[in-house]
Amino acid sequence: MTEIWIIILALGAGTFVIRFSFLGILGNRALPLWLLRHLRYTAVGILPAMVTPLVLWPEATGGQMDPSRIAAASLALAVGLWTKNAIWAIVVGMATLWGIGWLMG
Amino acid sequence: MTASTPRTAYWRGFRAALPFTIVVGPFGLLFGVVGTEAGLDVAQVMGFTVLVIAGASQFTALQLMQDNAPTLIVIASALAINLRMAMYSASFAPHLGRAPLWQRALIAYMNVDQTYALSHADYEAAPSQSTAAKAAYFFGASTPIIPVWIGASALGIVVGEAIPPALALDFAVPITFIALITPALRTLAHVAAAVTSIVMAILLSFLPWNLWLLLAGLIAMMVGAEVERRMGTRP
Repeated sequence: MTEIWIIILALGAGTFVIRFSFLGILGNRALPLWLLRHLRYTAVGILPAMVTPLVLWPEATGGQMDPSRIAAASLALAVGLWTKNAIWAIVVGMATLWGIGWLMG
Repeated sequence: MTASTPRTAYWRGFRAALPFTIVVGPFGLLFGVVGTEAGLDVAQVMGFTVLVIAGASQFTALQLMQDNAPTLIVIASALAINLRMAMYSASFAPHLGRAPLWQRALIAYMNVDQTYALSHADYEAAPSQSTAAKAAYFFGASTPIIPVWIGASALGIVVGEAIPPALALDFAVPITFIALITPALRTLAHVAAAVTSIVMAILLSFLPWNLWLLLAGLIAMMVGAEVERRMGTRP
Protein backbone atom coordinates (compact mmCIF):
# COMPACT_ATOMS: atom_id res chain seq x y z
CA MET A 1 0.00 0.00 0.00
CA THR A 2 2.58 2.57 1.12
CA GLU A 3 4.84 1.34 -1.68
CA ILE A 4 2.28 2.38 -4.27
CA TRP A 5 2.11 5.87 -2.77
CA ILE A 6 5.89 6.12 -2.68
CA ILE A 7 5.90 5.31 -6.41
CA ILE A 8 3.13 7.83 -7.14
CA LEU A 9 4.77 10.66 -5.16
CA ALA A 10 8.28 9.97 -6.46
CA LEU A 11 7.03 9.76 -10.03
CA GLY A 12 4.97 12.95 -9.64
CA ALA A 13 7.83 14.93 -8.08
CA GLY A 14 10.43 13.53 -10.48
CA THR A 15 8.30 14.25 -13.53
CA PHE A 16 7.71 17.82 -12.40
CA VAL A 17 11.44 18.40 -11.85
CA ILE A 18 12.13 17.05 -15.37
CA ARG A 19 9.48 19.31 -16.90
CA PHE A 20 10.59 22.35 -14.90
CA SER A 21 14.34 21.83 -15.39
CA PHE A 22 15.39 24.03 -18.29
CA LEU A 23 12.32 26.24 -18.32
CA GLY A 24 12.63 26.99 -14.62
CA ILE A 25 16.38 27.22 -14.10
CA LEU A 26 17.72 28.51 -17.41
CA GLY A 27 14.88 31.00 -17.57
CA ASN A 28 16.13 34.23 -19.14
CA ARG A 29 19.52 33.04 -20.28
CA ALA A 30 20.04 32.74 -24.01
CA LEU A 31 20.86 29.27 -25.26
CA PRO A 32 23.69 28.73 -27.78
CA LEU A 33 22.72 28.39 -31.44
CA TRP A 34 23.93 24.79 -31.80
CA LEU A 35 21.74 23.75 -28.87
CA LEU A 36 18.71 25.54 -30.30
CA ARG A 37 19.33 23.81 -33.62
CA HIS A 38 19.17 20.42 -31.86
CA LEU A 39 16.15 21.33 -29.78
CA ARG A 40 14.11 22.07 -32.91
CA TYR A 41 14.11 18.32 -33.54
CA THR A 42 13.06 17.08 -30.08
CA ALA A 43 9.49 16.19 -30.99
CA VAL A 44 10.24 14.62 -34.39
CA GLY A 45 13.27 12.89 -32.85
CA ILE A 46 11.57 11.23 -29.89
CA LEU A 47 7.92 10.66 -30.75
CA PRO A 48 8.54 8.39 -33.79
CA ALA A 49 10.89 6.24 -31.70
CA MET A 50 8.25 5.96 -29.00
CA VAL A 51 5.58 4.99 -31.55
CA THR A 52 7.65 2.39 -33.42
CA PRO A 53 7.48 -0.49 -30.88
CA LEU A 54 3.83 0.31 -30.09
CA VAL A 55 3.02 -0.23 -33.78
CA LEU A 56 5.38 -3.13 -34.55
CA TRP A 57 5.20 -5.10 -31.30
CA PRO A 58 1.97 -4.05 -29.52
CA GLU A 59 1.46 -5.31 -25.98
CA ALA A 60 -2.23 -5.96 -26.67
CA THR A 61 -1.25 -8.80 -29.04
CA GLY A 62 1.45 -10.14 -26.74
CA GLY A 63 4.21 -8.50 -28.79
CA GLN A 64 3.17 -10.22 -32.05
CA MET A 65 3.14 -8.14 -35.24
CA ASP A 66 -0.43 -7.23 -36.10
CA PRO A 67 -1.14 -6.35 -39.76
CA SER A 68 -4.27 -4.36 -38.86
CA ARG A 69 -2.31 -2.12 -36.46
CA ILE A 70 0.47 -1.61 -39.01
CA ALA A 71 -2.12 -0.76 -41.70
CA ALA A 72 -3.90 1.64 -39.33
CA ALA A 73 -0.66 3.41 -38.42
CA SER A 74 0.44 3.64 -42.09
CA LEU A 75 -2.89 5.11 -43.16
CA ALA A 76 -2.83 7.59 -40.27
CA LEU A 77 0.65 8.65 -41.33
CA ALA A 78 -0.38 9.00 -44.99
CA VAL A 79 -3.47 11.03 -44.14
CA GLY A 80 -1.48 13.20 -41.72
CA LEU A 81 1.12 13.94 -44.39
CA TRP A 82 -1.51 14.58 -47.04
CA THR A 83 -3.95 16.76 -45.10
CA LYS A 84 -1.54 18.18 -42.47
CA ASN A 85 -4.52 17.71 -40.19
CA ALA A 86 -4.00 15.72 -36.99
CA ILE A 87 -7.63 14.95 -36.34
CA TRP A 88 -8.20 13.37 -39.77
CA ALA A 89 -5.14 11.21 -39.22
CA ILE A 90 -6.56 9.98 -35.90
CA VAL A 91 -10.05 9.36 -37.29
CA VAL A 92 -8.76 7.41 -40.31
CA GLY A 93 -6.25 5.47 -38.17
CA MET A 94 -8.76 4.28 -35.58
CA ALA A 95 -11.46 3.66 -38.23
CA THR A 96 -9.01 1.47 -40.16
CA LEU A 97 -8.22 -0.58 -37.07
CA TRP A 98 -11.90 -1.02 -36.19
CA GLY A 99 -12.84 -1.71 -39.83
CA ILE A 100 -10.27 -4.47 -40.25
CA GLY A 101 -11.19 -5.91 -36.85
CA TRP A 102 -14.84 -5.95 -37.86
CA LEU A 103 -14.15 -7.53 -41.28
CA MET A 104 -12.02 -10.25 -39.72
CA GLY A 105 -14.80 -10.92 -37.21
CA MET B 1 0.19 36.24 -36.61
CA THR B 2 2.83 38.55 -35.15
CA ALA B 3 0.08 40.82 -33.90
CA SER B 4 -1.48 38.08 -31.79
CA THR B 5 -2.52 39.27 -28.35
CA PRO B 6 -2.62 36.94 -25.34
CA ARG B 7 -6.39 36.74 -25.72
CA THR B 8 -6.35 35.69 -29.38
CA ALA B 9 -3.41 33.36 -28.71
CA TYR B 10 -5.32 31.71 -25.85
CA TRP B 11 -8.31 30.94 -28.05
CA ARG B 12 -6.11 29.83 -30.95
CA GLY B 13 -4.49 27.30 -28.60
CA PHE B 14 -7.86 26.27 -27.21
CA ARG B 15 -9.28 25.57 -30.67
CA ALA B 16 -6.17 23.70 -31.85
CA ALA B 17 -6.28 21.45 -28.78
CA LEU B 18 -10.00 20.70 -28.88
CA PRO B 19 -9.78 17.79 -31.37
CA PHE B 20 -7.13 16.11 -29.22
CA THR B 21 -9.61 15.61 -26.39
CA ILE B 22 -11.01 12.82 -28.59
CA VAL B 23 -7.79 10.87 -28.10
CA VAL B 24 -6.71 12.13 -24.69
CA GLY B 25 -10.12 10.99 -23.42
CA PRO B 26 -9.80 7.30 -24.35
CA PHE B 27 -6.18 7.28 -23.16
CA GLY B 28 -7.17 8.63 -19.73
CA LEU B 29 -10.17 6.30 -19.64
CA LEU B 30 -7.88 3.38 -20.37
CA PHE B 31 -5.65 4.27 -17.43
CA GLY B 32 -8.65 4.35 -15.11
CA VAL B 33 -9.76 0.94 -16.37
CA VAL B 34 -6.33 -0.73 -16.32
CA GLY B 35 -5.35 0.81 -12.98
CA THR B 36 -8.52 -0.40 -11.30
CA GLU B 37 -8.06 -3.86 -12.80
CA ALA B 38 -4.52 -3.89 -11.42
CA GLY B 39 -5.94 -3.42 -7.94
CA LEU B 40 -5.34 0.30 -7.34
CA ASP B 41 -8.00 2.11 -5.32
CA VAL B 42 -9.69 5.32 -6.48
CA ALA B 43 -7.25 7.62 -4.65
CA GLN B 44 -4.24 5.83 -6.14
CA VAL B 45 -5.51 5.94 -9.72
CA MET B 46 -6.36 9.62 -9.35
CA GLY B 47 -3.03 10.24 -7.59
CA PHE B 48 -1.22 8.98 -10.68
CA THR B 49 -3.47 10.91 -13.03
CA VAL B 50 -3.31 14.26 -11.23
CA LEU B 51 0.26 14.24 -9.87
CA VAL B 52 2.09 12.63 -12.81
CA ILE B 53 -0.05 13.48 -15.90
CA ALA B 54 2.15 11.41 -18.19
CA GLY B 55 0.23 8.48 -19.62
CA ALA B 56 3.08 6.47 -21.11
CA SER B 57 5.07 6.52 -17.86
CA GLN B 58 1.97 5.75 -15.79
CA PHE B 59 1.28 2.65 -17.88
CA THR B 60 4.93 1.64 -17.56
CA ALA B 61 4.82 1.99 -13.76
CA LEU B 62 1.59 0.00 -13.62
CA GLN B 63 3.03 -2.78 -15.79
CA LEU B 64 6.20 -3.07 -13.68
CA MET B 65 4.22 -3.00 -10.41
CA GLN B 66 2.17 -5.95 -11.66
CA ASP B 67 5.42 -7.74 -12.51
CA ASN B 68 6.47 -7.15 -8.86
CA ALA B 69 9.53 -5.16 -9.92
CA PRO B 70 11.43 -3.45 -7.08
CA THR B 71 10.09 0.00 -6.22
CA LEU B 72 13.28 1.74 -7.33
CA ILE B 73 13.23 0.04 -10.76
CA VAL B 74 9.58 1.04 -11.21
CA ILE B 75 10.35 4.70 -10.45
CA ALA B 76 13.54 4.81 -12.53
CA SER B 77 11.99 3.20 -15.61
CA ALA B 78 8.89 5.39 -15.54
CA LEU B 79 11.02 8.51 -15.07
CA ALA B 80 13.28 7.47 -17.97
CA ILE B 81 10.24 7.60 -20.27
CA ASN B 82 9.60 11.14 -19.07
CA LEU B 83 13.17 12.28 -19.68
CA ARG B 84 12.06 13.37 -23.15
CA MET B 85 10.24 16.15 -21.32
CA ALA B 86 13.57 17.64 -20.25
CA MET B 87 14.10 18.27 -23.95
CA TYR B 88 10.59 19.72 -24.23
CA SER B 89 11.42 21.97 -21.28
CA ALA B 90 14.66 23.07 -22.92
CA SER B 91 13.00 23.82 -26.24
CA PHE B 92 10.40 25.97 -24.42
CA ALA B 93 13.08 27.97 -22.60
CA PRO B 94 13.83 30.45 -25.41
CA HIS B 95 10.10 31.10 -25.91
CA LEU B 96 8.77 31.09 -22.35
CA GLY B 97 11.90 31.72 -20.26
CA ARG B 98 10.83 35.31 -19.54
CA ALA B 99 7.38 34.37 -18.26
CA PRO B 100 6.76 34.82 -14.50
CA LEU B 101 7.89 31.95 -12.28
CA TRP B 102 4.37 30.86 -11.36
CA GLN B 103 3.47 30.62 -15.05
CA ARG B 104 6.61 28.63 -15.82
CA ALA B 105 5.81 26.24 -12.94
CA LEU B 106 2.24 25.81 -14.15
CA ILE B 107 3.44 25.28 -17.74
CA ALA B 108 5.94 22.68 -16.49
CA TYR B 109 3.16 20.86 -14.63
CA MET B 110 0.93 20.71 -17.73
CA ASN B 111 3.66 20.11 -20.32
CA VAL B 112 2.41 16.87 -21.87
CA ASP B 113 3.02 15.57 -25.40
CA GLN B 114 -0.10 17.20 -26.84
CA THR B 115 0.23 20.64 -25.24
CA TYR B 116 3.95 20.66 -26.02
CA ALA B 117 3.65 19.63 -29.67
CA LEU B 118 0.83 22.10 -30.37
CA SER B 119 2.53 25.02 -28.63
CA HIS B 120 5.96 24.36 -30.06
CA ALA B 121 4.51 24.22 -33.58
CA ASP B 122 2.78 27.56 -32.97
CA TYR B 123 5.98 29.21 -31.62
CA GLU B 124 7.94 27.94 -34.63
CA ALA B 125 5.31 29.27 -37.03
CA ALA B 126 5.18 32.69 -35.33
CA PRO B 127 8.40 33.17 -33.34
CA SER B 128 7.98 36.92 -32.89
CA GLN B 129 4.91 36.65 -30.65
CA SER B 130 5.27 38.15 -27.18
CA THR B 131 6.09 35.87 -24.26
CA ALA B 132 2.65 36.62 -22.82
CA ALA B 133 0.99 35.50 -26.07
CA LYS B 134 3.08 32.33 -26.18
CA ALA B 135 2.21 31.47 -22.58
CA ALA B 136 -1.45 32.22 -23.30
CA TYR B 137 -1.37 29.84 -26.28
CA PHE B 138 -0.03 27.09 -24.02
CA PHE B 139 -2.70 27.72 -21.39
CA GLY B 140 -5.33 27.74 -24.13
CA ALA B 141 -4.14 24.37 -25.38
CA SER B 142 -4.11 23.00 -21.81
CA THR B 143 -7.65 24.14 -21.01
CA PRO B 144 -9.42 21.30 -22.86
CA ILE B 145 -6.62 18.70 -22.60
CA ILE B 146 -5.83 18.53 -18.87
CA PRO B 147 -9.38 18.41 -17.40
CA VAL B 148 -10.43 15.83 -20.01
CA TRP B 149 -7.41 13.69 -19.10
CA ILE B 150 -8.28 13.80 -15.38
CA GLY B 151 -12.04 13.40 -15.91
CA ALA B 152 -11.62 10.48 -18.31
CA SER B 153 -9.47 8.58 -15.80
CA ALA B 154 -12.16 9.04 -13.16
CA LEU B 155 -14.73 7.77 -15.65
CA GLY B 156 -12.50 4.78 -16.40
CA ILE B 157 -12.59 3.78 -12.73
CA VAL B 158 -16.40 3.79 -12.86
CA VAL B 159 -17.07 2.06 -16.19
CA GLY B 160 -14.23 -0.42 -15.74
CA GLU B 161 -14.57 -3.63 -17.63
CA ALA B 162 -17.67 -2.61 -19.58
CA ILE B 163 -15.31 -1.49 -22.40
CA PRO B 164 -14.87 -4.25 -25.00
CA PRO B 165 -11.24 -5.08 -25.89
CA ALA B 166 -12.30 -4.97 -29.57
CA LEU B 167 -12.18 -1.16 -29.38
CA ALA B 168 -8.38 -1.52 -29.11
CA LEU B 169 -8.12 1.68 -27.09
CA ASP B 170 -4.44 0.95 -26.51
CA PHE B 171 -3.85 1.98 -30.11
CA ALA B 172 -5.19 5.48 -29.53
CA VAL B 173 -1.75 6.22 -28.05
CA PRO B 174 0.49 5.60 -31.10
CA ILE B 175 -2.15 7.00 -33.46
CA THR B 176 -2.16 10.26 -31.48
CA PHE B 177 1.61 10.53 -31.61
CA ILE B 178 1.64 9.89 -35.38
CA ALA B 179 -1.00 12.58 -35.83
CA LEU B 180 1.08 14.99 -33.73
CA ILE B 181 4.27 14.34 -35.70
CA THR B 182 3.09 14.57 -39.30
CA PRO B 183 2.28 18.30 -39.39
CA ALA B 184 5.78 18.94 -38.02
CA LEU B 185 7.48 17.24 -41.00
CA ARG B 186 7.92 20.53 -42.83
CA THR B 187 11.54 20.33 -43.97
CA LEU B 188 14.03 17.70 -45.11
CA ALA B 189 15.77 18.01 -41.73
CA HIS B 190 12.55 17.19 -39.86
CA VAL B 191 11.90 14.18 -42.12
CA ALA B 192 15.50 12.97 -41.67
CA ALA B 193 15.16 13.21 -37.88
CA ALA B 194 11.86 11.30 -37.89
CA VAL B 195 13.19 8.51 -40.14
CA THR B 196 16.36 8.21 -38.02
CA SER B 197 14.19 8.03 -34.92
CA ILE B 198 12.23 5.05 -36.29
CA VAL B 199 15.30 3.19 -37.58
CA MET B 200 17.17 3.68 -34.30
CA ALA B 201 14.18 2.55 -32.25
CA ILE B 202 14.30 -0.76 -34.15
CA LEU B 203 18.09 -1.15 -34.15
CA LEU B 204 18.48 -0.29 -30.45
CA SER B 205 15.39 -2.12 -29.18
CA PHE B 206 17.57 -4.69 -27.38
CA LEU B 207 18.73 -2.05 -24.85
CA PRO B 208 17.07 -2.23 -21.40
CA TRP B 209 15.38 0.47 -19.29
CA ASN B 210 14.21 2.61 -22.15
CA LEU B 211 17.79 3.51 -22.98
CA TRP B 212 16.87 2.78 -26.61
CA LEU B 213 14.32 5.61 -26.52
CA LEU B 214 16.73 8.18 -25.14
CA LEU B 215 19.52 7.17 -27.52
CA ALA B 216 17.23 7.06 -30.56
CA GLY B 217 15.91 10.52 -29.70
CA LEU B 218 19.37 11.95 -29.19
CA ILE B 219 20.75 10.51 -32.46
CA ALA B 220 17.67 11.67 -34.38
CA MET B 221 18.07 15.20 -33.01
CA MET B 222 21.71 15.25 -34.07
CA VAL B 223 20.79 14.07 -37.57
CA GLY B 224 18.07 16.75 -37.85
CA ALA B 225 20.44 19.48 -36.66
CA GLU B 226 23.22 18.32 -38.99
CA VAL B 227 20.95 18.21 -42.03
CA GLU B 228 19.72 21.72 -41.20
CA ARG B 229 23.32 22.97 -40.84
CA ARG B 230 24.36 21.49 -44.21
CA MET B 231 21.31 22.83 -45.99
CA GLY B 232 22.19 26.21 -44.51
CA THR B 233 18.57 27.12 -43.98
CA ARG B 234 16.46 27.80 -40.97
CA PRO B 235 13.13 26.02 -41.15
